[in-house]
Amino acid sequence: MTEVVAATFRQKTKKSKLVEKGVRWGIFLCALASVLTTFGIIFVLAKEAIPFFREVSLVDFLFGTKWNALILPRSFGVLPLLMGTMLIVIGAGLIALPVGLASAIYLSEFASQRVRKTVKPVLEILAGIPTVVYGYFALTGITPILKSFNDEIPVFNALSASIVVAVMILPMVASLCDDALKAVPRSLRDGGYALGSTKTEVSLKIVVPAALSGIVASFVLAFSRAIGETMAVTLAAGGTPKMTLNPLESIQTMTAYIVQVATGDIEHGSISYHSLYAVGGLLFLITLAANLLSYKILKKYREEYE
Amino acid sequence: MSSPEYSSAPEFNSRLERRRAFSTIFKNSCAILSWLSIGVLGFLLVHIFSSGWEWISFDFIKNAPSRMPHKAGLFSALMGTIWIIFTTAAIAIPVGVSSALYLEEYAKKNRLNSFIEINISNLAGVPSIVYGILGLTLFVRLMKLGPSVLSGALTLSLLILPVIIIASREAIKAVPNSIRLSAFALGATQFQTVFHHVLPAAMPGIMTGVILALSRAIGETAPILMVGAVAYVSRAPHGIMDGFTALPIQIYNWAREAKVEFEGLAAGGIIVLLLVLFMMNSVAILIRNKTQKAQS
Amino acid sequence: MTPVDEAKKISEKELMNKRPKSTKPESNISSGDKENDLRNAELKGEGVVISYGADQAVKGVDIAFPSNKITAVIGPSGCGKSTLLRAFNRMNDFILGAKVEGSLMYKDMDLYDKNIDPVEVRLRIGMVFQKPNPFPKTIFKNIAWAPQMNGYTGDIAELVETSLKRAALWNEVSDRLHDSALGLSGGQQQRLCIARSLAMKPEVLLMDEPCSALDPVSTSHIEDLMLELKEQYTIVIVTHNMQQAARVSDYTAFMDSGNLVEFDETSTIFTNPKEQRTEDYVSGRFG
Repeated sequence: MTEVVAATFRQKTKKSKLVEKGVRWGIFLCALASVLTTFGIIFVLAKEAIPFFREVSLVDFLFGTKWNALILPRSFGVLPLLMGTMLIVIGAGLIALPVGLASAIYLSEFASQRVRKTVKPVLEILAGIPTVVYGYFALTGITPILKSFNDEIPVFNALSASIVVAVMILPMVASLCDDALKAVPRSLRDGGYALGSTKTEVSLKIVVPAALSGIVASFVLAFSRAIGETMAVTLAAGGTPKMTLNPLESIQTMTAYIVQVATGDIEHGSISYHSLYAVGGLLFLITLAANLLSYKILKKYREEYE
Repeated sequence: MSSPEYSSAPEFNSRLERRRAFSTIFKNSCAILSWLSIGVLGFLLVHIFSSGWEWISFDFIKNAPSRMPHKAGLFSALMGTIWIIFTTAAIAIPVGVSSALYLEEYAKKNRLNSFIEINISNLAGVPSIVYGILGLTLFVRLMKLGPSVLSGALTLSLLILPVIIIASREAIKAVPNSIRLSAFALGATQFQTVFHHVLPAAMPGIMTGVILALSRAIGETAPILMVGAVAYVSRAPHGIMDGFTALPIQIYNWAREAKVEFEGLAAGGIIVLLLVLFMMNSVAILIRNKTQKAQS
Repeated sequence: MTPVDEAKKISEKELMNKRPKSTKPESNISSGDKENDLRNAELKGEGVVISYGADQAVKGVDIAFPSNKITAVIGPSGCGKSTLLRAFNRMNDFILGAKVEGSLMYKDMDLYDKNIDPVEVRLRIGMVFQKPNPFPKTIFKNIAWAPQMNGYTGDIAELVETSLKRAALWNEVSDRLHDSALGLSGGQQQRLCIARSLAMKPEVLLMDEPCSALDPVSTSHIEDLMLELKEQYTIVIVTHNMQQAARVSDYTAFMDSGNLVEFDETSTIFTNPKEQRTEDYVSGRFG
């Protein structure tokens, strides 16, 4: 009897060891999927951009001031697309960063529990609305309002796209800044109050400086989000690459160009088609740099408090 | 009322009145800016419902897209979205949850694993359009899957994988260590411990994260547009290799039309999309609240 | 110049400025003075009840803190002593759901009057906390910050120096005033926090277990400092450490479960308390 039991156990152990190994390898491969994704992105962008850079030099691409990819005579200077993107990003940043920070200060330093419980879900809802909805909103909701001030403004313009991109990144800025402000120990606030400072003075001169790296990291992340934003700018900002700083004009961003090429009937394999990957690669590199930067800033700031 | 000159020692000029006034102004400005977001949300919803509500009807749900606004519907888009989402779930959930299990339960601290971790947090920040480029090139062209449901679902799976992994890891982390220890003490293998005890305990948290990730995938437009919009499709897919259209693509196409009726159709499509998202989020919140109650 | 001389000099200067402060003559304490001290006390609470939601942390306390004396508040953990202390400069305002009832007076000022700005209260009544909480700024800025915000009319560098000297920290930090305060040791940080409070020239100094996070050497530094400071300040110290209460304080209040059990001269509390509970506590039989 005892031998039988021992034998079954032994058998089981053997089988379970196999299962154990199989499972370990299986889920390890799953974890590798994310690494493969990164390699896939880099591989695809590099492979398809090489034909492009055989014909257009890197210098002409990066510093050229004329983007005329789809009709002759072709010209592939990315600066107009970059400038269009920056116009949107800066416009959105000018609105979303101060408003987001102010909301975070209000939520973390002044607001009652009840107000927090109202505003935070609203921010979450704003964050969850699909970008195509914002694009529609910019086109049919905001542009008419802008036009009511000045009828000269074209239907497609950078300003209304900037405004909706601001609304899209606002929740992220507000909630990350709120986290950063909340991480400042209460004892610092107490120290400020005990010296006879008002709540505003404590917020602005003690809490915000102490949370600065977290706030900056959230700004960098917002910047990266705004650069990669696609549908709102595709719908609302227009399709005319232009070197302009005037937000009331129609422009084209890098992302909008990518959509234009991918959804248009561009001949597969032509240089115009391959330009998609050059622009996509540039976009990927910029956002990657921004993400790594904010990751670094955040890591440093965690060390400060731990 | 106190006499202000006694409020601090005489070598100070505290100017409390001024500082108090500034404090009040600052606080109220911050408050107004916070409430602004509620105002924007309200304006957005009113704008969309006022122009889209009249288009919502049974015909709108069951008709195919059409050049004529009054006959147009979003049946094929709705079905496309449903196909896409279930296929995405079937791919992303097992891979994402397994990744999370590996990182939380199996991975030792070494360079490969910390590279995987950094890589995941970086992927979460890659713009969705870049996933679109990846999907278009890798799945549609190189792997010759075409502009199919499968291509779209694979693309969206890669996109939401980081979100699922991060949320699942949080849920697995929250499982008390005593559960693992007691399972090991009974002679369970790691596989048995993880799959019989840890995973079930983490399941509600994982489900919440997964539903939220899927609802993000439903709304994603850029990647699916890049993959799927290559062909014009007006019928619902019947298999994963069929071409498709989806709610966000349909909305995008309507929004681009010049005719003002299509503006209303787009708004109607948005209402349907928002309702779908609302239902999914409600389910996620329901699961979260239920488990919170059970645990407390 | 020793810190004591320095302190005396400043005290004279303040008198010349006709700063409103205690009129009671300096005196060494003896039992006959107790009545007098209590009558002249400027910081008083009557029927103080402090509650968090349904929980009462302080349940109706009458107490007066004699001017220019050190009063220690002792009692087991959770007896409400810190809560009571924080009520006297309205730091409980920041605790969600905290409610203070009863009368808390400083001189003729009702600390909880609707027309009183808590900022005003805290300008007169300073506080030092259990854990040193220097701002993540330089040593200099830690001290200069509040005076500058309050429109200090004198020379700010001089104020920083005198404050640091009075907190017996000057010699250790004079060569690195512009380094981060976070680089100081715990004891130095706590003295910096005291210097920071002194720079605002409050009239009362509340200390909430100021030495609980410090080593014995730093503790004795701070105790010496308190003894010097009491010539100009009314000091209230909450402490867990009974030896400390015995060493530095003139009066001791013993609290238990939100009630003031006994208040008397420190020597009486420690040698001949009237209440059995006090005796049990100071002799280490509970708490």
